[in-house]
Amino acid sequence: MSVETPTRPDRPGGHVSLAEKAPNARRREGASRLMTVVLGFTVAAAIVPLVLLLWQVLANGLPALSLDFITQVEPLSYRERGGGYLHGIVGTLYMTGVAAVVVIPVGVLAAIFLTEYGGSKYAYVVRFFTDVMTGTPSVFVGLAVYALLVSGAGGAGLGFGTLAGAAALGILMLPIVVRSSEEMLRLVPEDLKNASYGLGARKWQTALKVTLPAAAPGITTGAILAVARGAGETAPLILTALGAREVVGALWGAPQADIGLLMVDGFTQPFDAGIERAWAGGFTLIVIVLLLSIIARLIASRSQAR
Amino acid sequence: MSATDTSTTKESLRGSGRARRADPIFRGLVLVAATSVLVVLAAMIIRTTLDAWPVFDAMGFWGFISGQQWSVGHSRSEVTGTYGAFPFIYGTLKISFFAILAAVPLAIGIALFINEIAPAWLKRPLASTVELLAMVPSVVYALVGIYFFRLYIWEPVGQFIASSPLGNLTFFGPPVLLSSYWSAANILAIMILPIITAICRESFAQVPRDEVNAAYAMGATRWEVMRKVIVPRSFSGIVGGTMLGLGRALGETIAIAFLIGASQRWAPQLFFGGDAMTSVIVNTFADAAPEAIWALLAIGVTLFLITTIVNVLARLIVYRVGQFSGDAAL
Amino acid sequence: MEQPRTATEPDVPASAEPRDDAAPAAQGGMPEARIDDAVFDIAGLTVRYGSFTAVRDISMRVPRHDITALIGPSGCGKSTLLRSLNRMNDLIPIASTEGRVLYNGEDIYADWVDPVEVRRRIGMVFQKPNPFPKSIYDNVAFGPKLNGFKGNMDDLVEESLRRAALWDEVSGKLKDSGLSLSGGQQQRLCIARAIAVSPDVILMDEPCSALDPIATLKIEDLMRDMKEDYTIVIVTHNMQQAARVSDYTAFFTVDVDDEKGERTGDLVEFDTTERIFTQASDQRTEDYITGRFG
Repeated sequence: MSVETPTRPDRPGGHVSLAEKAPNARRREGASRLMTVVLGFTVAAAIVPLVLLLWQVLANGLPALSLDFITQVEPLSYRERGGGYLHGIVGTLYMTGVAAVVVIPVGVLAAIFLTEYGGSKYAYVVRFFTDVMTGTPSVFVGLAVYALLVSGAGGAGLGFGTLAGAAALGILMLPIVVRSSEEMLRLVPEDLKNASYGLGARKWQTALKVTLPAAAPGITTGAILAVARGAGETAPLILTALGAREVVGALWGAPQADIGLLMVDGFTQPFDAGIERAWAGGFTLIVIVLLLSIIARLIASRSQAR
Repeated sequence: MSATDTSTTKESLRGSGRARRADPIFRGLVLVAATSVLVVLAAMIIRTTLDAWPVFDAMGFWGFISGQQWSVGHSRSEVTGTYGAFPFIYGTLKISFFAILAAVPLAIGIALFINEIAPAWLKRPLASTVELLAMVPSVVYALVGIYFFRLYIWEPVGQFIASSPLGNLTFFGPPVLLSSYWSAANILAIMILPIITAICRESFAQVPRDEVNAAYAMGATRWEVMRKVIVPRSFSGIVGGTMLGLGRALGETIAIAFLIGASQRWAPQLFFGGDAMTSVIVNTFADAAPEAIWALLAIGVTLFLITTIVNVLARLIVYRVGQFSGDAAL
Repeated sequence: MEQPRTATEPDVPASAEPRDDAAPAAQGGMPEARIDDAVFDIAGLTVRYGSFTAVRDISMRVPRHDITALIGPSGCGKSTLLRSLNRMNDLIPIASTEGRVLYNGEDIYADWVDPVEVRRRIGMVFQKPNPFPKSIYDNVAFGPKLNGFKGNMDDLVEESLRRAALWDEVSGKLKDSGLSLSGGQQQRLCIARAIAVSPDVILMDEPCSALDPIATLKIEDLMRDMKEDYTIVIVTHNMQQAARVSDYTAFFTVDVDDEKGERTGDLVEFDTTERIFTQASDQRTEDYITGRFG
């Protein structure tokens, strides 16, 4: 340990050993250690609920899961076991799909506007309100779509259904697509664009044939994450899709089913069979959302590796 | 625009008319796409406000937000019921406040741990795990909240607090219900943890490494560097993250709807059932007569107003701190 | 105070370490200046970042109350070496250190040593001026407050600023932000901040690279004044600066391994600055120095 005893605390001659710490060193070191443990506990406070949640969903969802669950519709009575959420799965994918098909191109084009013409005041306004829209409560979007599309009084009068549900999900996805795409487009090096301009390409050619492909993996990642978020939404669909008891193909005119809506119907009834199916539905929903986000992250990491 | 556009002296440099028109067309196309965001937002605001107007008109805006009685009428054309949204506004603010109170310190701690303490190989997995909390659909939180958390954790903890000396205060007093402000606040805290953590992590990461090193080089311990350099430096980021979390909390619907009690009343206690703005909308929508739907739209408009103010403030703060990546904005 | 300014002077027997430890440094035909009172006695120091070796097998003794300059082409590991002298490299998760760094005879990498204590004794000034976004006063008081300084803080702040030759310029505006100062003043503030915790050694990592010539001269003057009280080790890109301020100079070179694509720093020569610049014993040193000068 310490090699020598200091003869005087000042410099030259006998030096102060490193073991001779500042007077408050022990307390400070203790505080640092203690806080490391405390901060570790905060991480545990986030992980424990997550583990409990996943465990509950697995433990309660798996028993009710079978091939029937994804190939059959729910029996008419919540008391009856068996059957499945086929109509909900179809409805969720249908509405999310319609929303994605419309919203992703619009969102990416808007993002191109924000990057290519981003200096203008108008671009600033668009960017700002896009961010405001990100924080809009989903239930407000549901209400608004109800008032705009579903309701006959003052609205388009389409009634509850696929299109109204898709509109609500699309409005929730749009700002995410715009902002994440913008972020990715911005990462494209200026040199690459200049090279294209140098070859005599016009702005639209450069934007669509150089910038966009270069940013494509990142944009895809953002878009898939937005879709995942849409797929997990339930609240706005209560006000727009309403729910159905069979597979619905109509774009409008008939209420549409959704996994989340079926779950709500199931777990608010006091019947074990319905509650079990709700757990299985929760499991399915998590699997869908996780699959989407894993795909998104794979695309992101593969493009980074290149 | 590109150089060829500006050169008009030589005919050969003009380019064909079609080719030169392509850029303005392209510009128009992306402009329309960008404008669609504003149009959608404006359409939503105008339509809902118009539909909600009869209720605001009948109750007065102040009467609507301060009124304590909510008894719906059944008319198709006029406002016959009494619509006082105070119980819902109170509930929303109460559970959001307590969710923030729990989530912000946790988020700061988690962000510090991941950024400053965790070994390099552990950072990514920990961050992904916290992000996973954000990916879980709200309806699943509702399900697990109803059938697990409130039964085995929140209610027992509530009972413990209510039977402790704290229980003498009205606020912490019994009875402890399964569905209560307390349960709703708890689920909210878990749900908003990821976004606050993400913003905190980003702003901690933006603290110049030079300053951190300078503090270390003066003999600061790791905790001192965090407390005296990193956290103070990131104050506005933390505030911005808190506001974004608050915005989330105010708007959260499904998980709240089945955990707060849906009583359509307010209560001063923490462990008692109440109601919130979002929950009354989804819980009563199915049976609502047209005039009740106007009233729900009025709640929706009020909610939008509150969340938008919170979000705009949050964005202004976060913008000032610096650019944040899309992931965090989620 | 009488200090062993030149290597030939007899010294106070300071370090308990025997001279043998310096012996490896003399291997490889490298003549070494006689340094009797060494603050640092580095032996076989290798620093790796992951699998990449940044510096390899460095052995040298750093004299007390002198200015030692570390020079060499970029990528030669001189900053890495500097950062390993107060364990700043510990903050890089993938960094690993081998060999010994004796500070007053104690290995700073020994298990029992607290890196916080090491850094309190061995301060550092960085390449870019990096004052905290606090007032000038609070910048200087930051370290002493951490260390539980009980005396008169105002006096300590003034004393530190005086030693950093900044007092006259800022005495009237101690409450102003440290960031309101010019680049050169900011760097002197950083020096004052380092001085305030009364370190033994001050490591400077290219302290003037972000400054204009006049500010640079001020810092160099300051360094010469400071060596009365402190041992200074400075990394610099600037040959003239090394020649102007330092008493000893260590020249490093880059060893490029084309097969692995690695660049590793090697110590070529360590001697008094005068000898390095006039009669370098290694051809590489001379090439580098004359290349820069000529």
